[in-house]
Amino acid sequence: MANGAALEQNTSSLWGGGRQPFGASYGKMMMWFFLLSDALTFSGFLTAMGLYRFKYEETWPVAENVFTHFPFLHGEHPLLFVALMTFILIVSSVTMVLAVNAGHKMNTKGVVLWLGLTIVGGFTFLGSQAWEWYHFINGDKGAIMLEDQTIMYFTKAGSEGEILSVYELVTGQEKPHGDHSEFQTADVISAFGLNEDVTLRMPGKEKITLSREEAKAAMANAKLIQGAGMRANEYGNVLFADFFFFVTGFHGTHVFSGVVLNIIIFINVLMGTYERRGHYEMVEKVGLYWHFVDLVWVFVFTFFYLV
Amino acid sequence: MEAHAHHKETFITKYIFSTDHKMIAKQFLITGMIMGIVGVGMSLLFRLQLAWPDQEWPILEALLGKWGTDGIMDPNIYLALVTIHGTIMVFFVLTAGLSGTFSNLLIPLQIGARDMASGFINMLSYWFFFASSVVMLASLFVENGPAAAGWTIYPPLSALPQAVPGSGLGMTLWLVSMSLFIVSSLLGALNYIVTVLNLRTKGMSMTRLPLTIWAFFVTAILGVLSFPVLFSAALLLIFDRSFGTSFYLSDIMVAGEMLTNQGGSPILFQHLFWFLGHPEVYIILLPALGISSEVISTNARKPIFGYRAMVGSILAIAFLSFIVWGHHMFVTGMNPFLGSVFTFTTLLIAIPSAVKAFNYITTLWKGNLQFTPAMLFSIGLVSTFITGGLTGLILGDSALDINVHDTYFVVAHFHIVMGLSAIFGLFAGVYHWFPKLFGRRMNKNLGYVHFWVTFISAYGVFFPMHFLGMAGLPRRYYTNTAFPMFDDLADINVLVSYFAIIGGIAQVIFIWNFFYSALRGKKAEQNPWKSNTLEWTTPVEHIHGNWPGEIPEVHRWPYDYSKPGMEEDFVPQTVPLSKDEVATGGH
Repeated sequence: MANGAALEQNTSSLWGGGRQPFGASYGKMMMWFFLLSDALTFSGFLTAMGLYRFKYEETWPVAENVFTHFPFLHGEHPLLFVALMTFILIVSSVTMVLAVNAGHKMNTKGVVLWLGLTIVGGFTFLGSQAWEWYHFINGDKGAIMLEDQTIMYFTKAGSEGEILSVYELVTGQEKPHGDHSEFQTADVISAFGLNEDVTLRMPGKEKITLSREEAKAAMANAKLIQGAGMRANEYGNVLFADFFFFVTGFHGTHVFSGVVLNIIIFINVLMGTYERRGHYEMVEKVGLYWHFVDLVWVFVFTFFYLV
Repeated sequence: MEAHAHHKETFITKYIFSTDHKMIAKQFLITGMIMGIVGVGMSLLFRLQLAWPDQEWPILEALLGKWGTDGIMDPNIYLALVTIHGTIMVFFVLTAGLSGTFSNLLIPLQIGARDMASGFINMLSYWFFFASSVVMLASLFVENGPAAAGWTIYPPLSALPQAVPGSGLGMTLWLVSMSLFIVSSLLGALNYIVTVLNLRTKGMSMTRLPLTIWAFFVTAILGVLSFPVLFSAALLLIFDRSFGTSFYLSDIMVAGEMLTNQGGSPILFQHLFWFLGHPEVYIILLPALGISSEVISTNARKPIFGYRAMVGSILAIAFLSFIVWGHHMFVTGMNPFLGSVFTFTTLLIAIPSAVKAFNYITTLWKGNLQFTPAMLFSIGLVSTFITGGLTGLILGDSALDINVHDTYFVVAHFHIVMGLSAIFGLFAGVYHWFPKLFGRRMNKNLGYVHFWVTFISAYGVFFPMHFLGMAGLPRRYYTNTAFPMFDDLADINVLVSYFAIIGGIAQVIFIWNFFYSALRGKKAEQNPWKSNTLEWTTPVEHIHGNWPGEIPEVHRWPYDYSKPGMEEDFVPQTVPLSKDEVATGGH
């Protein structure tokens, strides 16, 4: 039917080819779908964590009792450091927006400045995470693991569940800043036996406290736990540390690959690759990834630290 | 665009590290076929064991070595064979082999694109798949044998290296292989999606896409959304295996020793796994349905019945597949209310599935049927899709499922509805697009023999299994001789094994036909099936960039077969609408 009389129909409503749906290039579209996929990976982890968190309400630690350190400061500063980390990461997202914006204006100096700052922000976040892992692994107050593998904090009767550090229980003095002395289970048990006003409580929000008699019976085959590992941790349910290491580690890996990508693009910017190409879309693509990593952190932060 | 014509190609860039979608399609197809031979071969070995448990088979000793001493199969290797058979068939043959081959071949050709959006990522996708296949095959040769926890690798069996011999290095390699596979599938799917969205030619609106492309497009989206959750599950499992975490483990005693793992739950793994696992069923099935839509319409010389309903049902099936995973877990102690919710959503799938089945039948109705081998396999697909779908209604209902859970009834159901349908779709695709793949035609008569023997023996294998399942025979058992109540069923198992062996041998005909035709077959003309879609407007000899000149423009939908008032019984998409058609509101 390919004769000359054929009429061209009205194609204004039809996709004409050559145009880009949603105004996005295929590369950007690919990045979006990749992020969608990655988001589901994280959802798998966070859903799993939520499941256990609600299953083990009584033994799941409260974040304010776990993350209390701040560099160069004495005393307890619950969640202050992680708030700073989060702030740094969000600021790095802002600088990324400015880098993309400078790219739109073909302003190479601007891209170099803002992308450079984003990389600095990324490294700062990774460093902070390493610092936090270090303190998480070393532990703070120490706790006791009962025979059935539940973790119990020491507390003084009538102190509304305030956690008594193992250091203070054994030595009778307040724990000095940065102290990492390790104790023996036997010393702790004998110190517990001597201090009639000390009892045990569960890590959960409800601070379920044992009576002195119950605590004494429970201490029979107990074991001292200091710090955190995959098989036990002093903060509470073993799965808390498992998920902490796994999810923040997985997120940290993402941040690290983001920084590496940013550096590659940064070098390309310096070499003038995009100037020659006539557009800075690559900056936009790594920008999408970077914002995604930040957004995921917001969820991780919410589920691990705030809720 | 100019570069492609004069681009110099060496042997390596043309045949090995090729970025051309047509070559990558062939690579996927041939790798998939090799994996298919391994997977089907394994099933024949364990069929020997199931039918004749005490018989000594020299072939078992020859093939299995220390696991087949005196010709008797070792129980552990039986489990390993079942596991690897499932893994290979589900992922390597029917996911990568089917989707990888035909998405790659047909997406650029049928939408009118020079190649995939990113040829490089497409190449990576194949090579990750290749590496994954090599690792999976390598796991067959480790000292303690390959993974033996079933293709669903439920913990704790898969999580504890000391659980069964295959849970050690074999399981580790399985996980490595699947991680590579997930990367491959993600890279492939990203390419398919953006190519369909961004690279369609002028006039190729979404509503003018052939149904094959719709099916591949939705399949790719399913893959992008569901495989990452399997990735989560596998990563947590790797941590449980190697780093002492307790995500899936609690209160376990191995060899009289209590493990320290506390608090985790193996049910979590099942949830994560089946969140992938159920969409995976449609990742396998949808491309086959898309292929058969195209093949049936072309060979019935009739427009596909209910194009929009077909697209709608693909989308509906895809959406529903994400909210039904619980029907695999009715016996895990799930809350009965939740069970009825999953029953409800599962039975809803019957609606779009029935739409598809009826549309196939109404397309065939009073058509001018051309019984090519591809058409026969497509009709075979319609048959198995209905047969297997009906038993799906039984298994989808929690009250009924509990009675036949983990019996051969389930084996029969999913082999028919997903295994046979998808493999028939794969065969249909190979027979139909062989002229496009290799520029030659396959032998028709061998195709007929292949179809009829395969079709009859396939039903011969899986239909009796319904009765085995109804009688309570559990799946995955090495032997049933210890249970006197199953003695009566022994003969059925023998019958099934005979059919399996005949069906297996029939595939030799196909393989011979495939390779002989690829090298020596009759040269194909440009449009051998008188089809409307764009791939038949490209030259028979492959060229980089697909069309020697401009990319053709599209003026109509792809199903104008036997249109009244036309000279021929087909009108390719490139033909502009005539005056009359415009007047009557053409597609």
